[in-house]
Amino acid sequence: MPDSSPAIEVRNLVKSFAGVTAVSNISFTVARGEILGFLGPNGAGKSTTMRILTGFLPATGGHVSICGLPVATRADEVKRLIGYMPENNPLPEDMRVTEYLHYRGRLKEIARSKLGDRISEVLDLCDLKRVRHRIIGKLSKGYRQRVGIAEAILAEPPVIIMDEPTIGLDPHQILIVRDLISRLRGKMTVIISSHILPEIEMTCDRVLIINQGRVVAAGAPADLRREILGPSRYRLEVAGDTTALAALIGGVDPSLKLDVIGEPDAAGFRALSLATDRDSDLGESLLRALAADSRFRFRSLGRDHPTLEDVFLAATRRSWDVVDAPQSSK
Amino acid sequence: MRHFFTILSHEIRMLLVSPSTYIAAVLFLGVMGFVFANILADYSRGPQQMSPAYVFFQVFWIPVFFMVPLLTMKCISEERRLGTLETLLTTPVSTTEVVLGKYGAAYFLYITLWASTGGFFSILDRFAGDARFLDPGPLIGGYLFIAISGLLFVALGVFASSLSRNQAVAGILAFAMLFAVIIGLRFLEGTTALDAESLSAFRTAVDYAQVFTHLGDFSRGVVDTRHLLFYLSGTVLALIFSILGVEAKLLHS
Repeated sequence: MPDSSPAIEVRNLVKSFAGVTAVSNISFTVARGEILGFLGPNGAGKSTTMRILTGFLPATGGHVSICGLPVATRADEVKRLIGYMPENNPLPEDMRVTEYLHYRGRLKEIARSKLGDRISEVLDLCDLKRVRHRIIGKLSKGYRQRVGIAEAILAEPPVIIMDEPTIGLDPHQILIVRDLISRLRGKMTVIISSHILPEIEMTCDRVLIINQGRVVAAGAPADLRREILGPSRYRLEVAGDTTALAALIGGVDPSLKLDVIGEPDAAGFRALSLATDRDSDLGESLLRALAADSRFRFRSLGRDHPTLEDVFLAATRRSWDVVDAPQSSK
Repeated sequence: MRHFFTILSHEIRMLLVSPSTYIAAVLFLGVMGFVFANILADYSRGPQQMSPAYVFFQVFWIPVFFMVPLLTMKCISEERRLGTLETLLTTPVSTTEVVLGKYGAAYFLYITLWASTGGFFSILDRFAGDARFLDPGPLIGGYLFIAISGLLFVALGVFASSLSRNQAVAGILAFAMLFAVIIGLRFLEGTTALDAESLSAFRTAVDYAQVFTHLGDFSRGVVDTRHLLFYLSGTVLALIFSILGVEAKLLHS
């Protein structure tokens, strides 16, 4: 049954262009209603994978299905299930916004009677009401980007694929786009690729990091952080005898370890870094223990929040090592 | 084929709102008007053997060489250059519908431009008041020839446009193909290299594919099915190659 199948299923996808392998053996599934973030450095194979998902490019090998329909053999039906916004968001320069949406709506087989209502709904959703009669070529980048998004969600497809939807937008517009994508949560399956990592972290349920055409990490942002960067960390600034500190910290929680000890500054405070593999917050008990002990003076305690950026850098670096290792040994 | 009319009406609409269409139309009518005025000047000097319509359609190649590439060079190469071909082909639209829609729009404009030269004859009729100048045979035959040969010429232009993302290259390519079909085949007919016995089949083929001979036949009111077949099969072939051209570029993009 197509209805119980995952929205997107990719198994062992391979794509090579004239001997260059752009995508090698990628497998992942996306559940219905999920928002998946696609991360990777330039040339990692993000756009290629997305194009294969839309049926625009044929794959060299592997299996891709959208809502249970294989893309390779039933591309026509798959195209009805997908709203796609390509990289750089190509738009015709000499059409008005509503004209363009009308034309696209007709191509996407929306009934003529419903099209007008749907267009005004989408214009509302993307905050395009004010520019509806302007010519697309004269619009600013932010508006053009939103026209692209409006076009992608126009036919209310179950799967939406957007290649870098927030590129070139100002923070206010990014906020609008983020809201827009969050509003689709649960109703539509969304795949977005982006370089703006906080974007992905805030909007996506799950993240897929690819590099050199391979999946190097996948999971929820929080899980990825733990998996790739290891235990959580605390930062502490303390004055006093640091040799005695280790025992005190061990008393708070046995898993806490004193990791890095900095040099004392002019006031005698050292910056310390503590590592633990516990997820629960140990800040409160640490503070109590330090305050109760008269040997130490402390002025700050904070928990490190590694961003997706750190995860991304760590994951891609790890994959470079993996990829480069066999070559360098030759 | 449900999207064919959507694309066709969209393309025609875009042609009609584009200023370049009107510039091209004015230039076309200017050149053809100049040609027509010259023909009339000849007739005013003394009686001629042929009717003005016959002479007028003899110069059909002038507008074909510059109008067809101008009309068609944009149609697919521009979409590919802007990347809108990608958004177009990720909707439930087949390559065939896209190519046919664009071809239909270009052909529509080509025919509309030629149809507007009908105004010259109506002016002639209105002011000369001489029925001898408006022999309906060559006139109808001439327009029929334009409509049927236009199918092939525009299809060649669309084919050229499907081969390159650069409009200028597509335009030059279209010009070269049209030149080969219209002038090249005529030149080939005149060469003695084909007189050898072993090449007689080829010689016959070349003799059939003479665009000027077709025009002469049409103008005399002879509508030969062999001519129709030549243009229709050429059109179908050029369009199939255009569709394959678009799809091949996707496979190797």
